[in-house]
Amino acid sequence: MIHELIGNIGHLLVIVSFVTSALATYAFWRSHVTGEKTWESLSRYTFYFHTLAIIGVCITLFLIISNHYFEYHYAFSYTSKILPVYYQVSSFWNGQEGSFLLWMFWNAVLGVILINTNKTWKAPMMMMFSFTQLFLVSMIMGVVIFDVKIGSSPFMLLRDVVNDQVFDLNPNFIPEDGRGLNPLLQNYWMVIHPPTLFLGFATTVIPFAYCMAGLYTGKFKEWIRPALPWAQFSAVVLGIGILMGAYWAYETLNFGGYWNWDPVENAVYVPWLVLVGGIHTMIAFRKNETALKASIVLVVAAYVLIVYSTFLTRSGILGNASVHSFTDLGLSGQLLIYLFVFLILSIVLIVKAFRAIPSPKEEVSAYSREFWIFMGAITLSLMAFQVIIPTSIPVWNAIVEAFGGSSNMAPPADQVGFYTKFQLWFAVAIAVLSGTGQFFWWKKMDAKELKNQLYAPFLISLLISALIIVLFKIHEFGYILLLTASTYSIVANLKIFISVAKSNIKLSGGAITHIGVAMMLLGILFSSGYSKILSTNNTGLLWSKEFPDEVNQNNLLLFLNEPRQMADYSLTYKGMRKLSTDYGYVDLNDIEGALSPLELRIGENTITSDGIELKKGDTIRIINPENSYFEVLYSKANGSEFTLFPRVQMNESMDMIVYSPDIKRTLTADLYTHVRTFPDPEQEVDWSEIQEVKAEPGKPFFINDYVAHFVGMEPVSNIEGIDLNEGDVAVKAVIEIEGEQKTYVAEPIYVIKDNLAGRIPDQVNDLAARITIQSIVPEENSFVFGVSTTQKDWIIMEAVEKPGINILWLGTFLLVIGFGVATVRRYTDFVKMRDKGME
Amino acid sequence: MKKTHIVGIVVIAIAIVVIMSTAGDASAYVSFDDAKEMYEAGNKNKIHVVGTLKKDHSGQVVGIETSPDLLSFKFTMIDENNVQQEVFHANPMPTDFLRSEQVVVVGSYQNNKFIAEKILLKCPSKYQEEGVNV
Repeated sequence: MIHELIGNIGHLLVIVSFVTSALATYAFWRSHVTGEKTWESLSRYTFYFHTLAIIGVCITLFLIISNHYFEYHYAFSYTSKILPVYYQVSSFWNGQEGSFLLWMFWNAVLGVILINTNKTWKAPMMMMFSFTQLFLVSMIMGVVIFDVKIGSSPFMLLRDVVNDQVFDLNPNFIPEDGRGLNPLLQNYWMVIHPPTLFLGFATTVIPFAYCMAGLYTGKFKEWIRPALPWAQFSAVVLGIGILMGAYWAYETLNFGGYWNWDPVENAVYVPWLVLVGGIHTMIAFRKNETALKASIVLVVAAYVLIVYSTFLTRSGILGNASVHSFTDLGLSGQLLIYLFVFLILSIVLIVKAFRAIPSPKEEVSAYSREFWIFMGAITLSLMAFQVIIPTSIPVWNAIVEAFGGSSNMAPPADQVGFYTKFQLWFAVAIAVLSGTGQFFWWKKMDAKELKNQLYAPFLISLLISALIIVLFKIHEFGYILLLTASTYSIVANLKIFISVAKSNIKLSGGAITHIGVAMMLLGILFSSGYSKILSTNNTGLLWSKEFPDEVNQNNLLLFLNEPRQMADYSLTYKGMRKLSTDYGYVDLNDIEGALSPLELRIGENTITSDGIELKKGDTIRIINPENSYFEVLYSKANGSEFTLFPRVQMNESMDMIVYSPDIKRTLTADLYTHVRTFPDPEQEVDWSEIQEVKAEPGKPFFINDYVAHFVGMEPVSNIEGIDLNEGDVAVKAVIEIEGEQKTYVAEPIYVIKDNLAGRIPDQVNDLAARITIQSIVPEENSFVFGVSTTQKDWIIMEAVEKPGINILWLGTFLLVIGFGVATVRRYTDFVKMRDKGME
Repeated sequence: MKKTHIVGIVVIAIAIVVIMSTAGDASAYVSFDDAKEMYEAGNKNKIHVVGTLKKDHSGQVVGIETSPDLLSFKFTMIDENNVQQEVFHANPMPTDFLRSEQVVVVGSYQNNKFIAEKILLKCPSKYQEEGVNV
């Protein structure tokens, strides 16, 4: 039965949210204009009602997913029956509609908080706030007005979306199971990364709304106090969101790093940089009109860039340019309207305001704190500019084509190299400025004082970096500069931190954040700049003369159980494994079959990676039937060893094969291993012609170059799939074969049924051999075995060493803590003034 | 000259460098013929070529050859102008390579051979649904 009601409720709630966000915008405007109590409470309750409607939409969609209502397109496309609950949560935001919904949900929650923490700012600010929400809700409306489809609803029935003959025959057809969650998203980071990122997205609207309200009401300066803590909060949440995404990419995707300069990554990096620039000028606005103007522009730009990034990733314009943008849902027109409405609105308000704000009378001194903060903000903006211009290449193409031209520009072939070339130097500037600027912030400076203050940190950092340069053999000029500048920033900010923390620890947010940033730069410098591919082909042999010499081969071919040397390690591929929930990894060869998708039966006695013995007939539970793991043993000459289990996920319904790395983490470096390819399980195995071997019990012989012993012959009373009647005979030969790691037993069977001879071969996968009893020679007490062989199981893998990556993560933590301290400080400021009635 | 003016000039200068380098370092979507022309003219920029794998009339992909050590392979690609080209790639063949609907290669000619540094695949069911597959 099709559950139509729940979808209708969901759709209705979406329309209610849309209408209430429009009403709230109007009511907040009336409340601001009239100042009447009735409008005030009406606007407030409309927004509360809107929030309830949004929460209702979320619950409805989640119920459809968790109850497996596969008659709904959303549930069918993004979930399946065996998906664990925490991944059903990820299914919620697998689709575009759900991720928009997540964004709106945060907006609604934040709106309620803002309503209850503001007094005079509430009406004009919430007016802007609700207005942005109106555009977001329109994205999931799914309403057709005058042949124009507005938004894409998550509550569409499958039969209304997909053209399939099934629905012509039976309109009430409901698929048995859904297509499941995209394998790439089946990762715990995908449970928490999107909510964090979208909380970051949602919070960027707050400083924007304050700013717009300030410009609208003529309070050109006053908006900064309430906006600043929210801007800081937004920057830290968005920053965490970006880094979580980076960490997810590092752990799940196999491009071998955490940042690939993909347009989708760039699209959030850019607004974040601009927002951080805005925070800096917002701190310096009081004494300097230029800083005030810059604050307005940067805060507005950050939000417009968020909308622009939404347009880039969701309109389908990136097409070939990105590996992970969303599908085109036909929302590009709507997204463009969203973008242009806010772009034009803010330009109009900014132009009006700038006429009213006086120009600075005197020139800013190079010894003033404003000058240094300003330089920092400019550098951040240039950094953002350098990224957004190339990222927008598909947009430039589209614009040229819209005007009748033709443009075939593609993103730079080597994206990492291209962006690094610029960002490296900006990073050097950031490190130098963040180290020096802090002194101007806390002390009154002149030339002499500057020398006094900087002398010690400058010397210390030169010494430290010289030491690092010599120890780690850093030769590249850019790297040397970045290293020195970052070290300088850490030392200088540490000095500031000590002196500030002594007087009031609450003021130390800036110093902590800057130390964090400098550490992140160091971490990136080492882990990316000195990332080393260990699996580089060192044989010097190329397979074909046709190949040019400069082609490097970065991968290593490992045949099963055949150790190969790689850097200091000897590597052995030991076979495919399944990950059980309770016993660790289990050899795939010892698994007989599945009782249910999540329950496997053991066919041979085996020892798991946790050292647990499992007997034939035991069952193990697994989390995901799509996942298999490759056991790779790393051992060093000194006897130390460890095992990595890189993963392959084979998703049949989406026809996707996804490899994920396994990482050996040590304090100083990560060793990152991922499999590139392995024999396609769908391809038929090529067996060699049968070769005959004569064997007698007790005499060793060879099977595929392995020593084998014919132990003996045993009668067999039942064989699976064959009925043995009276007069039929079946025997099996027991053969022990000595493999590299263990001894395998092969038991081929010879049957005589209804006077016909039948042979059932036995296969030893690890040894790539298949053994048949060809004939029995009773007079010689010997057997003739037929042996055919194939290629041994293999993997091709890449191993990369990433030194110093932990400095990056440590820096991230400091950044978060520092921003946290600063946010609390500014928010306390705001609360104090608000309670004094001086909002 | 005022400090603000100096800062302004520097900012504009950097912005111009950024735009110029974007235009200069941007790759392009071209055909194999264009790529060859570029190579013959001494232009070593890496370009993007969009196309499909060569198939025989029964739909089997043909022209793939893997190195004995399996670490690299070559294949035959047909670009949007129906020009056929042998493409070398120094990485193992991606597992879902044969199922791809569209292939984008990023690379250039070297010694008269087209070397793909990157291969981007569009697999049919990855982004769009066709039917329910009951």
